[in-house]
Amino acid sequence: MFVARSIAADHKDLIHDVSYDFHGRRMATCSSDQSVKVWDKTESGEWHCTASWKTHSGSVWRVTWAHPEFGQVLASCSFDRTAAVWEEIVGESNDKQRGQSHWIKRTTLVDSRTSVTDVKFAPKHMGLMLTTCSADGVVRIYEAPDVMNLSQWSLQHEISCKLSCSCISWNPSSSRAHPPMIAVGSDDSSVTYTGKVQIYEYSENTRKEISSSTGPTKFEVQIVAQFDNHNSQVWRVSWNITSTLLASSGDDGCVRLWKANYMDNWKCTGILKGDGSPGNGSSGQPGALGTAGGTLAAASQNSLNGTSVGR
Amino acid sequence: MGEVDVDPIITLIPGIDSGQRHLGFAWGPGDLLTYETQYKSQGAGSVGQACPFVHVVRKDEDIYSPILRKLFNESHYIFVGLQRIKEEVPSKNKKPQFISISKNYRSVIRACMEELQQAAVSTHDTTLATQYGNQVSILLAVELIWNLCEVLFIEAAPAGALLRHLLDWVRLHKADVDEKAQEVLQSESPVQHQAYWDVVVCYVLQGRMEEAAQMLMKQASQQPAARAAYKLMDTLLTKMPVYSPGGTQTQTEFDVRWRQWHQECNRCLEDGSFASYSQLELICRILVGDEDTLLAQRERLSTWYHFLVTRLLYCHPIVKPTELHYYAQASMDMFLDARSGPEPLDSILLAAFEFDIHQVIKDCSIALNNWWFVAHLTDLLDHCKLLQSHNLHFGSNLREFLLLEYASGLFTHHSLWQLAVDYFDHCPEFGRVYLELQIERVPLDTEHKAVKVLRICEQRQMAEQVRSICKIMAKKALRNSRLGSALSWSIRAKDAAFATLISERFLQEYCSHGTFSDLDLIDNLGSAMLLSDRLTFLGKYREFHKLYGEKRFAEGARLLLSLMTAKIAPRNFWMTLLTDALPLLEQKQVIFSAEQTYELMRCLEELTADKAAQDADRPLQEDDIEATKVELLRLALARNLALAIVKEGTIEV
Repeated sequence: MFVARSIAADHKDLIHDVSYDFHGRRMATCSSDQSVKVWDKTESGEWHCTASWKTHSGSVWRVTWAHPEFGQVLASCSFDRTAAVWEEIVGESNDKQRGQSHWIKRTTLVDSRTSVTDVKFAPKHMGLMLTTCSADGVVRIYEAPDVMNLSQWSLQHEISCKLSCSCISWNPSSSRAHPPMIAVGSDDSSVTYTGKVQIYEYSENTRKEISSSTGPTKFEVQIVAQFDNHNSQVWRVSWNITSTLLASSGDDGCVRLWKANYMDNWKCTGILKGDGSPGNGSSGQPGALGTAGGTLAAASQNSLNGTSVGR
Repeated sequence: MGEVDVDPIITLIPGIDSGQRHLGFAWGPGDLLTYETQYKSQGAGSVGQACPFVHVVRKDEDIYSPILRKLFNESHYIFVGLQRIKEEVPSKNKKPQFISISKNYRSVIRACMEELQQAAVSTHDTTLATQYGNQVSILLAVELIWNLCEVLFIEAAPAGALLRHLLDWVRLHKADVDEKAQEVLQSESPVQHQAYWDVVVCYVLQGRMEEAAQMLMKQASQQPAARAAYKLMDTLLTKMPVYSPGGTQTQTEFDVRWRQWHQECNRCLEDGSFASYSQLELICRILVGDEDTLLAQRERLSTWYHFLVTRLLYCHPIVKPTELHYYAQASMDMFLDARSGPEPLDSILLAAFEFDIHQVIKDCSIALNNWWFVAHLTDLLDHCKLLQSHNLHFGSNLREFLLLEYASGLFTHHSLWQLAVDYFDHCPEFGRVYLELQIERVPLDTEHKAVKVLRICEQRQMAEQVRSICKIMAKKALRNSRLGSALSWSIRAKDAAFATLISERFLQEYCSHGTFSDLDLIDNLGSAMLLSDRLTFLGKYREFHKLYGEKRFAEGARLLLSLMTAKIAPRNFWMTLLTDALPLLEQKQVIFSAEQTYELMRCLEELTADKAAQDADRPLQEDDIEATKVELLRLALARNLALAIVKEGTIEV
């Protein structure tokens, strides 16, 4: 892998989340400087900041895009105990010329009494639904019944997880074979006796989310592979689009990539880590086939290690 | 089959100190974003200034190379052709076809190599030249491996013919001898050229007897004294028995003749026929397959597999396929330096000689960072039914796995993604799912591109993807106030709710501007009109306008009325409709019949009754205008009613 491009994000404080839109043409970044920035990719592959605005009165933890079927919509959540929904407004022509666009707040969700740690949109087949989770262990599910009116959201469900929540993830499957499911993760260090991942499923009968977590459960949980390479706390994992590559971030300051071969053997296929130099980084190298392929060149003296595996 | 545990590659992200900070990431359709952060489970999270960069990390992808693109395009064409070969024909009859396809693939590789070579030579940019050079080396190796696989696995020649194919293989990849020969022949005095003996010996090493003999003749003519020796050598060279499969001789007969020849060569050595001519003596030693002599020719052979084939030629010409790997391993051990281990290429070739197809594929997957080679080769081998004779457990799944990986890589490219679609189509288990997931991520930059993507989805009955793409386009058009475009996309998405919304917008526009935009679209709605009530109304209302324009007043009148009585028109539009009726009511001739006029009156009363109920909210000014309108209408209606009654009551005499 190589660094194809480096974008000077220009936030005045730590960045906590970046998020690609559905097509990979836009990007949103959020930071402890309380603002969100939106970036657009040009045809030539350059990124321009088309909007930058203060969104909360505390560090913004996460920012996420809604499915483009709902328009250009973002949601953000923050230490200030709120989550917000933003919509892009097609601007005046002189704004367009300057390459700027405006985002206006459609709603603020103020139900949480503690820092809101994650915000995610549900899969599109469920309509326009948003979920937040908070440090006090409450997961809230909101719905906008009229997708054309983003200012009206109603709180559909409130789930008490009994553990401080740090992240949520929806089951993206739109299959009718099973009801919607949401996974909630916790980084609560005060409890060690119970599992830190809970999975909730929507039950039509009781019309509310029921927990089917790590207690007696109808789900069979199988460990496919286990790795302790990070040797430290792992605080984020995420699948790629086709769910063939898993990435994890850990306290060791690295991002590791995991992949299964055709025999279903999992292994680490790549590590991303900082080069140790502080301050301004900008990549130099766009080279493609060069290094990795050198191993095959009959006359090469390259050794196998370090130049062969390219995935 | 041991798993070679290769260490994961480390990619360095500039400007971030992993000791101090954390590395965050986010997935995108084609790449990964990384940024510096600090994850803490508690706290406000502010730390002041941090590395302000977000880095886009991508796989080393060759898909962005313009020259390699041809490789991808042309091999796609061959791939699709291969998939279409009929299943019913038994495999052995398809062998010539498979061989021809394999040769096609290889010629595509060679063409690409040549172009890269030219580009490397002609460019002024040194980094680019190096890059091209590397790519050429890789393609050379790829073609070498593919060729060997073709010979051993697809051609699968039996003993006797096998060696001929191996010789061809070596000759193809040691073409420098031809260049040297050219140079020598074109020089003033070929026999005195420093590369002369190089060429002759290389020819012999490659089993090119005729050419070697011809070269030698030049020497012979220069040295009359040595004529006898050269004549003898000429005889040895030209009389070497060559096995021709399908010829009249059996293997045993050939063996006998070959041994005779071999003995003759030995005799020449023993009785010192070439004692005074070191070069000829050298050649004779090669002819008898003397190991030490061959090893001494290390530089001219340059590779262990050349050494292997030469050894086989002069020691075991009717080597059996099953015996190959002994000789291969031995040759490699003899030829290569003990201190450095085998290079990846060597291991791959050895695995091929051992007929371990899976090992070949695996090692190639590891050594190359692009799935192109292994995916196409495995697919071809699978068609030859060669994968199944090996471990059945993952025979066809291996093919699919590799094709899926390759095609997924293509999908991130702005135009090559279209090739990927065909690959997914031919992956029966997971192809469709992969396609569904990835095709919806193709950015819909232009209508043209969206239509292209749609066509692909429609052809495969991917209804949900079709609907989703149309909806996204409709939404985008609406945001940019392109109502006509938004409407046609909604219709295509069969999205009634959205169509209603857009129709409302059209009607609002009409109310404020008095005209419709996108008349073409509305006029030609056809049956699509039925998608939503509002849309139907829009279409019919426009129809009314057309009728009026064509002065077909009676028809228009009927339509207008029906819009209200059949409740197609929304209530808030009735006033507008009634106002539209005014000019019809005020025509000289009677257009609305009495019956119709009663209907119109009833509609008006219904409307005013409603309005009366909402009276409290109405500001005074609006009331006046409304009231005037209503008065005008009442008057016109009354007058028309009178005229109509008279007209209908009159008997024409």
